[in-house]
Amino acid sequence: MTQAEGTFNRLANPTRFMGLASTILPWLTGLTAILLVAGLYLAFFVAPEDYQQGHTVKIMFIHVPFAWLAMMGYSVIAIASIGSLIWRHPMADVAAKTAAPIGACFTLLALITGSLWGKPMWGTYWVWDARLTSVLLLFFLYLGLMALWQAIEEPSRAGRAAAILAIVGSVNIPIIKFSVDWWNTLHQPASVVKLDGPAIHSSILIPLLIMAAAFTCLFFVLHLMAMRTEVLRRRVQALRLTHVDAAGATQGARA
Amino acid sequence: MSAFMSLIARDLRLAWREGGAISTALGFYLVVVAILPLGLGPDLNLLARIAPGILWVALLLAALLSVDRIFHNDHEDGTLEIIALGPLPLELVAAAKATAHWISIGIPLTLAAPILALLLNLPAEAFWVLVLTMATGTPAISFLGALGAALTLGLGRGGLLLALLILPLYTPVLIFGVAAMNAVITGPSPFLSSYLILCAITLATVVLAPIAAAAALRLNLN
Amino acid sequence: MSLFPDLGEHAGFIWMAYGVSALVLTGLVVWIRIDARRQISLLADLEAKGIRRRSAGHTQGKKAAKEK
Repeated sequence: MTQAEGTFNRLANPTRFMGLASTILPWLTGLTAILLVAGLYLAFFVAPEDYQQGHTVKIMFIHVPFAWLAMMGYSVIAIASIGSLIWRHPMADVAAKTAAPIGACFTLLALITGSLWGKPMWGTYWVWDARLTSVLLLFFLYLGLMALWQAIEEPSRAGRAAAILAIVGSVNIPIIKFSVDWWNTLHQPASVVKLDGPAIHSSILIPLLIMAAAFTCLFFVLHLMAMRTEVLRRRVQALRLTHVDAAGATQGARA
Repeated sequence: MSAFMSLIARDLRLAWREGGAISTALGFYLVVVAILPLGLGPDLNLLARIAPGILWVALLLAALLSVDRIFHNDHEDGTLEIIALGPLPLELVAAAKATAHWISIGIPLTLAAPILALLLNLPAEAFWVLVLTMATGTPAISFLGALGAALTLGLGRGGLLLALLILPLYTPVLIFGVAAMNAVITGPSPFLSSYLILCAITLATVVLAPIAAAAALRLNLN
Repeated sequence: MSLFPDLGEHAGFIWMAYGVSALVLTGLVVWIRIDARRQISLLADLEAKGIRRRSAGHTQGKKAAKEK
């Protein structure tokens, strides 16, 4: 067994995971807080106005990280789903299930901040811009995954069904992205402002990167917390089942 | 291969004997296409411009309506488990049942589309491309639908969940189907590039979707 | 090409974007924490009743299958 496999197996054990999460979480939470405060300070007090977008560029400092986390969240789900399908690791299952609502929240925020940015920039809350449209479709994929998790009662079956759907979705995302881009170039709306103009100046890029790091840390803090809760939930369910089993057995013996 | 063909033939015979699914899907297609002008107004120029989109979206909805029946009956009465024990790998079982769905639902819907297109004043030169793109796109709709049906097998209110799971995956088919039609009607983008991408999507779906569908079916059989 | 030089004009959108984000993320944190508290108290209840776990919770899938 290689070293990496050893670490992997240790992480895959729920009890060891709980210990590790308790050690990491305070540090990661602190790091998130520091990065967030630094990022917000830079974004509001240091970063200059954009010559094209004025002060609305401040929305970019949260919108772009949210959009990035929307995609990263789905990647986490897809990778965990591969782990859960191939190695049948319970922790991979837990990771995939708990990442979905968090990723969906970031996707929703990317859409909301995007439309709040769009109103002053484009004069309308929603444009069928290629990027906004693909993020919207990504949001639907998240909703489908969460609905499937809810619809199937038995956790192990729900986990594997959702894993299949997540992998199918991750194969489809590039195709959907490509087709939406294609669709958008065919129906090019005249008013859309191109956001990717010349290279971004470092006074804007550095706060953006810090904010992205802060929200990425926040994602993992939330994810670790949710994973811990999910492990507890499964323990409660398991205990209840054994309790019911035991009660049934004693009753059976009495009868 | 003969087991594959006989499974398709059996499903087609069942679909033919029951008959309900085909007529429901066709009736739904007609009603959706007929009710949209009532909402949009009778302007024939407007309708001609958006006819490809209406015909495709209505086709997707009509196909979705019947897609959850692909495995449902065989799962209910236990036939699916017997089929799974047979010589045919589950991937080919899923492919055969999706093919039967395409022949029994996809082809009738495709053939009904030109008649409905008359209602929408679709330009005459677009009729052949309407039939061609739909004949090319409907296999992808049936095969992705089979995947969704396998995932939601045995769940209550599976139909609504199925729509939520599968409709986002249908967007590439919809976009390139409509793009190929618009290329012929209005230009200027070339017809062939959109159409060939549609062909590629269908081919990839026909190969890959049965694998995922079989994996989902195994969850129900064990 | 400074179309929007005045912060006052669009300040509402900026604050709303940050406000909604703060609201949604706080809601997410609160929801996760409440959920965690509930599971911990449920676990404590079960332990108080003398139901203890012998192994980690990952066996419940098989048990649920057996149950049916």
